Amino acid sequence: MNKILLVARREFLTRVQKKTFLLTTIGLPLIIFGFYAMIIYFSVKTTDNFRVAVADKANIFNNKIESKDGEVIFEFVQADSAALPELISSKKYSASLYVPAGFTLQGNDSLQFKSDKAVGLMTREKIQRRINKALDDKRYESMHISKVQIDSLNQERDLIKFSSANGKTDNDTKVGVSYAVGMISGFLIYIILFIYGTMVMRGVMEEKVSRIAEVIISSVKPFQLMMGKITGIGAVGLIQFLIWIVLVFGLQFAIAILFPSLTESMQGQPIQPAGMQAAQAMKSSGAMNGLMSGLDAINFPFIIGCFIFYFIGGYLLYSSLFAAVGSAVNEDPQDAQSLLLPITMPIIFAIVIMTKAVNDPNSGLAIFGSLFPLTSPIVMMARVAHGVPDGVTYFQLALSMILLILGFLGTTWIAAKIYRTGILMYGKKITWKEMMKWAFKKS
Amino acid sequence: MSMILELQHLKKYYATQKAVDDISFSIEKGSIFGLLGPNGAGKTTLLRMITGIFYPDSGEITLDGKKFDPINDIIKIGYMPEERGLYKKMKIGEQALYLAQLKGLSKAEAMEKIKFWFTRLEMESWWNKKVEDLSKGMSQKLQFVITVLHEPKLIILDEPFSGLDPVNANLIKDEIYGLAQRGCTVIFSTHRMEQVEEICDHIVLVNLGQKILDGTVASVKQQFKENKFRIQLQEVPANLVADSFEIVDQKANQLTVKIKEGFKSNDVLKYFLDQNLSIEAYNEILPSLNEIFINLVEGSKSTTRAFQNIND
Repeated sequence: MNKILLVARREFLTRVQKKTFLLTTIGLPLIIFGFYAMIIYFSVKTTDNFRVAVADKANIFNNKIESKDGEVIFEFVQADSAALPELISSKKYSASLYVPAGFTLQGNDSLQFKSDKAVGLMTREKIQRRINKALDDKRYESMHISKVQIDSLNQERDLIKFSSANGKTDNDTKVGVSYAVGMISGFLIYIILFIYGTMVMRGVMEEKVSRIAEVIISSVKPFQLMMGKITGIGAVGLIQFLIWIVLVFGLQFAIAILFPSLTESMQGQPIQPAGMQAAQAMKSSGAMNGLMSGLDAINFPFIIGCFIFYFIGGYLLYSSLFAAVGSAVNEDPQDAQSLLLPITMPIIFAIVIMTKAVNDPNSGLAIFGSLFPLTSPIVMMARVAHGVPDGVTYFQLALSMILLILGFLGTTWIAAKIYRTGILMYGKKITWKEMMKWAFKKS
Repeated sequence: MSMILELQHLKKYYATQKAVDDISFSIEKGSIFGLLGPNGAGKTTLLRMITGIFYPDSGEITLDGKKFDPINDIIKIGYMPEERGLYKKMKIGEQALYLAQLKGLSKAEAMEKIKFWFTRLEMESWWNKKVEDLSKGMSQKLQFVITVLHEPKLIILDEPFSGLDPVNANLIKDEIYGLAQRGCTVIFSTHRMEQVEEICDHIVLVNLGQKILDGTVASVKQQFKENKFRIQLQEVPANLVADSFEIVDQKANQLTVKIKEGFKSNDVLKYFLDQNLSIEAYNEILPSLNEIFINLVEGSKSTTRAFQNIND
C-alpha cells in the first residue's frame, strides 16, 4: 500500500475514532443552534409588559398609541409632570412620556421619556416605532392627507429593473442573497483554514515532541509523512463538514417549524451584516417569495462545487505551511505563535478583501484577491456567489483555480524542505529567516 | 567474509560544523559493530546517512554489495534512534502494526511477525494498552521489537539499553546475540564502554567528525597496552630492584609493574623465580576501552567543540 495512504489512514482513523470528534461534529452545531433558539425564544416571548404612562397635556395622541400585549403598553394618565415620577417609583409604570401643553406637531419640540432604569435597545426601538407612527398619523391628518393616499405612497414599487447587458434580470433580492451566500462561504473557508491548519500543525508538533518522527522518518520519507498527515486531516475535515452541512439544514427546518413567527421578528434582531442585507432586500421586495426567487437565481450546485474546490485547494495550500511551522517548533508551543504570524496575516487580509468583494465583485482589489493564491480561496467565494459571468468571468475563475493549484504545489515544495530539516532539529529556537534558508538551499 | 556495509569517504558539512569529515569503514556480515564517540562527534549524522534520512555531501555507501538506495533499501534496515518515541494515545498493537506496514510489510506479514515477537518477549497482554500506560523500560522493549520485527539485514541501535533494568537489558542483549547468529548485522552506538567490550566484535571510534580508531576489540586493546603486568606474591621483599621492570603500584602483596623497553614478560617472571619468591598470580593488564576512549578523546577539545565557519 502506498505509504502516504497508510499515514493518511492512521491520521484519519485516530481522529475519527476519538470521542471528541463525535462530540464536536454533532454537539457543536446542536449547541450553536440551541443557543440561537434560546435567544430567539426569549426575544420573541417577552413576558414582562413594559408599561408607559402617557401624560398627554396637548392631547396630540387622542388617547391612542398602538399597544401590543407582551411588549409595550401605553396608558394615558391624567397627571402633571410633577406627579409622573411618583407613578414610576410606585412601580405601577416602568416609564413615563410627558407631552407638554404647548406641543405642536409641526414644531421642533421634543417629548420627554423617563424610565426607572435604562431601556434596552430593542424595547427602545419598539417604543420609538410606536410613538413615531402615532405622530406620523397625526401629522398626515393635520396635512389633510387621507389614509388611502398614504397607503398608496407607501406601496412597494420596483420601478427600476436592474439587469445585466445580456438580459439576465437582477433584483435586490438576488444581490442580497448573493451577498449572504458569498459572505457565509467566505467565512466558512476562513474557519476551515484555521481549524484544520492548526490541527495539522499540532499533529506535526506532537510527532516532533514525542520523538516518534525520528522513528518514522527512517522508514518513510519526510514528504510522505507530511502529505499523509495533510491528506488524513483533510479527509477528517471534509467528513466533518458534510455532517455539519446536513445537520445545519436539518436544524434550520426544525427551527422554522418550531418558531413560525421567526421571519417576522428577525427584522428587529441584531443579526449579522450579511443576514441584515438579505433581510433588508427581502423586506424591500416584499415577501418570502422574493427570497425564494433570489435563492432560485443562485446556481447552488455550481457554488457548492466551487466551495469544495476552494476548500480543498485552500486547505492544501495553507496546511503545508502550518506543517512547516509545526516542524520548526520545539517543546514550547509559545514559539508557534510568533512563527504563525506570517501565515495568519494573508488569511486575515483575505477576509478584509472578501468583505469588500462581496459588495463589489468586480473591483480591482477583488480581482487581485481572487487570483492571488494566498487569498483566492476566501475572496473568490464572494465573487462566485454573484454568479458567472456577472460576478467573475470564466477566464478569471479558471485562472484563479490554476494559480491556486500552482500555489499549492509551490507552498508544499517549500514546506516539505522546511519540514524535512525541522522535524529532526531539536533544542534550537528557529526563526523564519532560518526556515527560509532551509527552504531555498539546494538539496 | 563479505561486507554488509561499506562507507567510503563520507562527508556531511553543516553551516557551522563538519559533522562528518571523510569517514570510511566497513562492517562484516553477521558481526556486532560498535560505533563510539563522545557527544557531538557526528555519530547520529553518520547513522542518519546510513539509514537514508540524510544524503551525504560526498562519498559512497554500499549496502550488501550494491550502491545504497534509500527508498528501496529501507526494508533491509532497522533503526532505533537515540531520541525515540511512540504515539502516546495509540494502542500498542495497532502502533506496532502501523510502523511495520510503514516499513513495507503487508498487513498479514506484519501481524504474524508482531505475534511472534510479542510472544517471545512476553508482551501479549500489552496489545490493547496505550503507550502512556507503559513504563520507560517497557516502551524501550517495544521500541526494540518494532525495530527488529521485519528482520532487517542491518540493525542500528543507538543507546539501546538506556533506561532498562539489568534483567531486561540482558533479555535484549540475548536477542541481539541471537539476531547476529541468524545473520543480522548489528551496529551499536553508545557511550557505555563496558557494554561495548562485552558485546561488540569490531569498533570504530569517531571524534570531531573523523575516525580515530578502527579495529577489533582485542586488537585495539593490544594496540594501546602499556606493558603493565600484575603480579601477586606470597610475600613482598623489602627492596625490589630489577633491570627488566619498574614498580608502578603496590597494594599489599600485589604489585603492578611496567616492563622496560627491550624486555619481555617472561623476564619479569624469571626475576621473581630467581629470587625464589612464590608467585600466586601473574597476568597482563590490558587497558579498558573506557581508558582508551578517555585518553583519545581528552585533550582533543571535543567537549568544547567550537563552531567554525566552513567556507567550501
